[in-house]
Amino acid sequence: MSRLGILLRNHTWLVPLLLLAIAVGVNVYLQDNFFMQRVLNGNLRVMLPLMILAVGQAIVILAGGIDLSVGAMVSLVNTVFVTLISADSGGLELAGAMLVGVGVGALAGAVNGLCVAVLRLQPIVTTYATSFIFAGLALAILPRPGGSVPRDLTRFYRDYILEVPVAAYGIALLIILWLLLRRTRFGHHLYAVGGNDEAARASGVRVGLVRFGSYVATGVFSALAAIALTMSIGSGNARIGDDMTLSSIVAVVLGGTRLAGGRGGAIGAVIGVAILSIIRNIISFAGIPSWYQTLVDALIILAALAGPGLVYLIRRQRNDGN
Amino acid sequence: MTAINRVRRVIVSPTVIALLLSVVLFLIGGVIQPDFLNAAQALNIVRLAAFLGIIAAGQTLVIISGGEGIDLSAGAVVTLGAILTFMIGAGQDSNIPLALAAVLGAGLLVGVVNGLGIIFLRIPPLVMTLGMTGVIQGTILAMTQGAIPGRTPPGLAGFINGRFLGLPGVIYLWLALGIIMWLLLERTPYGKQLFAVGVNRRTARLSGVNVPLVVIATYALSGMLAAFGGFVLLGFTQRVFLDLGGSYLFPSIAAVVVGGTVLAGGRGSYTGTMAGALVLTMVESLLRAMRLHEAYQMITFGVILVLLLSIYGRQRRNQ
Repeated sequence: MSRLGILLRNHTWLVPLLLLAIAVGVNVYLQDNFFMQRVLNGNLRVMLPLMILAVGQAIVILAGGIDLSVGAMVSLVNTVFVTLISADSGGLELAGAMLVGVGVGALAGAVNGLCVAVLRLQPIVTTYATSFIFAGLALAILPRPGGSVPRDLTRFYRDYILEVPVAAYGIALLIILWLLLRRTRFGHHLYAVGGNDEAARASGVRVGLVRFGSYVATGVFSALAAIALTMSIGSGNARIGDDMTLSSIVAVVLGGTRLAGGRGGAIGAVIGVAILSIIRNIISFAGIPSWYQTLVDALIILAALAGPGLVYLIRRQRNDGN
Repeated sequence: MTAINRVRRVIVSPTVIALLLSVVLFLIGGVIQPDFLNAAQALNIVRLAAFLGIIAAGQTLVIISGGEGIDLSAGAVVTLGAILTFMIGAGQDSNIPLALAAVLGAGLLVGVVNGLGIIFLRIPPLVMTLGMTGVIQGTILAMTQGAIPGRTPPGLAGFINGRFLGLPGVIYLWLALGIIMWLLLERTPYGKQLFAVGVNRRTARLSGVNVPLVVIATYALSGMLAAFGGFVLLGFTQRVFLDLGGSYLFPSIAAVVVGGTVLAGGRGSYTGTMAGALVLTMVESLLRAMRLHEAYQMITFGVILVLLLSIYGRQRRNQ
């Protein structure tokens, strides 16, 4: 394998990063105030919750699973969090509510983990089934959209620290958190289990436990995504996460993570979310008639998903020719 | 195989379990809500299950084909089929053949694109069909621009909902599809090759099966069957909206799995899917009859689905 090939194999996020750079270039060309502090902050604020969620999805996909319940977990934690606080909650109360929210996420993830790792049910259908349980619980907790969040909390989310948007710190923290997690034994085992579970088992990895852990981690990240989302929109809605599940999967794949597991990483997923979001920006600034926007968006995403395959196809044909 | 083994295999087959389960659920429904237990209700549930069952037919084939096969575009294709029938049908029975041709053509096109992407670009089926879902939805939006002109041909609605010898037309249609699917899977070279491809692509290829062709044909069939499902569904709803088919997507996958078709591929049957569709529809009807709040209906549905999956949705244990 060429040196470039090895580099790309070890850093699966390099190609997505290139895609992102191109997308940002086009965006800047169409929207000249893109790098203005206020505009940048607006974009990052919208991206952060889905980025956190996509990191969670990446973890479970790396370990060879998939989680279709992440959106429902976001809705559940959003309703729990909003119900526990009020417009004039103090700092301690907020921290407590966040802790409970993360606990609920971990518990929901544990239910998924139990079904997939212990009962050995098939991940796609099982997490679809549990998504009904979580979404139903969210609806039971908050039948009608509403609830309020202290003004200071939403203001903080929109604010700057040393001229840098708070959301940017959020993204930096997210990446640091992932880098730390990857260096742990659990992090190594995620790759081992996703790459080849039999080999992992043979070399002493407790495969079931790692799989279980990957679902719990995804639940925790879904809860963190829900908290960021709540800070962003300032209210509760039992259906808020509905559309986020499939986007999170697309982002993970765009980020260069193999759906079969074992290769890729959460940084790619973060980049994937940025790509998705920038594509949407470009479309709205390119003056495309609104009825065609969804189609153009979908075609670009499909092309991006097909990209690596096209390269593979061309390379194979060239090899056949020789 | 001895006769006893064969009998035992039929009795514990997922199809029979699912069928028995529907009957048990129906009886439980009668205990909870005495007015639930009558022939009209039973017939209504079978009728509703027919729509899910027809939509899940293509999904069954795709899942049997293995290679992590799944068709997430089925929901959008159902919507597309219904909208095309609505627009081209335009309330005229004479337009039905043309509408049906357009519906099948559109489904075929989507399925072939899915198959080509999966085989030649090596895009995982889940991702490819998810990507196509967006493209189909975008196409529908661009095509209709928010206003969908048209009307359901009365003849279609009349056939789907009308009674013939006491049964709604859609039930005959479902039974006919069931027979066709059985013949397709059990009595044609395609069926044999499909199972071979599902069990192991490499051995299938070595024994002379044209694997790419079989896989592409399977996604093409799935697209056509989903689009046909939309055509049939329009006869029932007689109106269209953008997420008409979306709500059938995951239930169709669940029906396939509850019916004993293994997500890993290579094993399964359409009769199982039919029974699976019946069980899921029975559960939904039962929950609705109990007049629970929507939230508790969802929770209960989720719990029951997990229970059903733990009966036969289990993965083969690693050796």
